[in-house]
Amino acid sequence: MSPSETTSVPGDGGYLPGTHPDLKPPSNVHGPVHWVKVNLFGSLTNTVLTLLVAYLLYTIIPQLADWMFFNAAFEGESRKACRAVAPDGACWAFIGNRLPLFIYGFYPEPERWRVDLSFLLLILALVPVLYDNMPHRGKALVYSCLYPLIAAFFLVGGIGLERVSTDQFGGLMLNVIIGVTGIAFSLPIGIVLALGRQSQLPIVRILCIGFIEFIRGVPLITLFFVAAVMLSYFVPPGTSFDLLVRILIMGTLFASGYMAEVIRGGLQAIPRGQYEAADAMGLTYWKSMRLIILPQAMKISIPGVVNTFIGLYKDTTLVIVIGRLDILGIGNSSLADTKWQGLSTEVYVFVAIFFFVSCFAMSRYSLWLEKKLHTGH
Amino acid sequence: MAETDTTSETGTPIQSSTGEEDIIQIVAMHKWYGEFHALKNINMNVKAQERIVVCGPSGSGKSTLIRCINRLEEHQQGQIVVNGIELSNDLKKIEEIRREVGMVFQHFNLFPHLTVLDNLTLGPIWVRNTPKKEAEEAAMKYLERVKIPEQANKFPGQLSGGQQQRVAIARSLCMNPKIMLFDEPTSALDPEMIAEVLDVMIGLAETGMTMIVVTHEMGFAKTVAHRVIFMDEGEIIEENEPHEFFDNPHHDRTKLFLSQILAH
Ligand SMILES: Nc1ncnc2c1ncn2[C@@H]1O[C@H](COP(=O)(O)OP(=O)(O)OP(=O)(O)O)[C@@H](O)[C@H]1O
Ligand SMILES: [Mg+2]
Repeated sequence: MSPSETTSVPGDGGYLPGTHPDLKPPSNVHGPVHWVKVNLFGSLTNTVLTLLVAYLLYTIIPQLADWMFFNAAFEGESRKACRAVAPDGACWAFIGNRLPLFIYGFYPEPERWRVDLSFLLLILALVPVLYDNMPHRGKALVYSCLYPLIAAFFLVGGIGLERVSTDQFGGLMLNVIIGVTGIAFSLPIGIVLALGRQSQLPIVRILCIGFIEFIRGVPLITLFFVAAVMLSYFVPPGTSFDLLVRILIMGTLFASGYMAEVIRGGLQAIPRGQYEAADAMGLTYWKSMRLIILPQAMKISIPGVVNTFIGLYKDTTLVIVIGRLDILGIGNSSLADTKWQGLSTEVYVFVAIFFFVSCFAMSRYSLWLEKKLHTGH
Repeated sequence: MAETDTTSETGTPIQSSTGEEDIIQIVAMHKWYGEFHALKNINMNVKAQERIVVCGPSGSGKSTLIRCINRLEEHQQGQIVVNGIELSNDLKKIEEIRREVGMVFQHFNLFPHLTVLDNLTLGPIWVRNTPKKEAEEAAMKYLERVKIPEQANKFPGQLSGGQQQRVAIARSLCMNPKIMLFDEPTSALDPEMIAEVLDVMIGLAETGMTMIVVTHEMGFAKTVAHRVIFMDEGEIIEENEPHEFFDNPHHDRTKLFLSQILAH
């Protein structure tokens, strides 16, 4: 306490009222040591849990790491060769050997560059969609919208490129095609359905509700069966309707139904005052939806939307029921190879890692987006 | 208070006559919410540049009345003509009217996902097709008028209630409206913020804006209004020029209401 002439009592630290400078926060509330103390050993329960988890990790991680990396065989021409070098480790040579099959399915070997190119173009198409502050985003988005046509051209061929039947599509590329198509188209369709469900026009409303409830009441597998068997009844005789296209339509419609409900939840969370303020300005219905209501509703819906994306992406493995071999299907059928029999763990771990990486990326992106869109209310 | 209505100086209750110069004409208008008769036989005319305060007990239909003027609520009987256009189900006409009628809400209703500046320019850009740059310049001018130009790039969630309401007023003004409707603009604010919002509204009144204000701020009514309208149970019970209204209320329900709000 510094001595003071005035009548006011100096506060803690000896500053007169009204003269306190801005100080740095005390250093002991920062830093890793402090974090560990508070978060891992903050209380008795906390400490016990921390030790328990540490023990579990200690028993599991080394074994897993041994199997996956240290005792694993990365080269070899058969299971026998693997086991000779690595009796109790994973045999990744199997996956390595079959990698092209896992990625391209039965896509003809000399044409596989077209798949690689499509993947590359996909990544480029995703950039403007994912990052809204990139320069020239408007023009880049035009490319993103055209991407499906470009990719279809490269993958299927025609006009100068050799035609490849979609029957030969398989492996990871099939998962990506179905997943990306479903994700890209289910969002706009879902938005329209969600808005339709709230429409003042009874016919629009009933149609949307009927569609959504139908989709939600039927398993995706059933829809794929319908795609395989029934849809051909609905097209004019003589025209053939590619099975993959039918699968894409069903996957998209299925995801759209769920998407619509997720977005409806977001729409309902928007206070009535927002609609009224938009109306009072004289905005038309579509402008007020696009500029005011949907941006807010979509922000709220991000976790649910990404959840639906992830669900659809994983459900792409179901094409196996109508005889299409995606990455999981390829893995399954590879197990039948006598040279490599008994390596199911490797196959499923590999497939699991592939899906985990893709889905985890989506999940992280959605968290990042949510943070970015947070405007403090 | 330069252009006070001539009739009001005589002290007699003003019965605005229907005339060409009336910017709002409401004739024998009724409004129901389902079975509930919310507005009963409303007759009301507002001249250009006139300022009207509407008061009355909670649930008397004040909000409903002014929300009928820009068709946030639909009336079922009678006639409402705003700026020469009769309100009907014609969406085009409704939008045309809404462009000319600004509204300020009790809870501000700013767009939380947009910055203050974007809140202000949205209407001009998307409704009036104003070029972005021009809209932003105008927006800054209005932000200065409501005395918060430094908040232009913040989000509404980062402002105090009083600041938000001033932004909301500026947002409406950016549309260059002919009429401004206020629905209890200060009743969601802490006392120390009420004055800053009322100041802005008084400033607006001095520019000659046509204003209809639902409020219980009697000081504001006395200084700014040309006419005070008292409503109860969906009816206009009494209307008069402010001094006469407060000093010499005619109707028992007006007296009761005034004694209640003055008791606070
Ligand atoms: N959307 C609605 N549906 C049904 N009834 C409503 C609706 N809005 C208002 N009402 C009823 O109409 C009457 C008038 O409501 P209004 O909001 O106009 O009153 P108010 O005078 O503005 O009251 P306050 O001072 O509380 O804002 C009230 O009885 C209210 O319950
Ligand atoms: Mg009200």
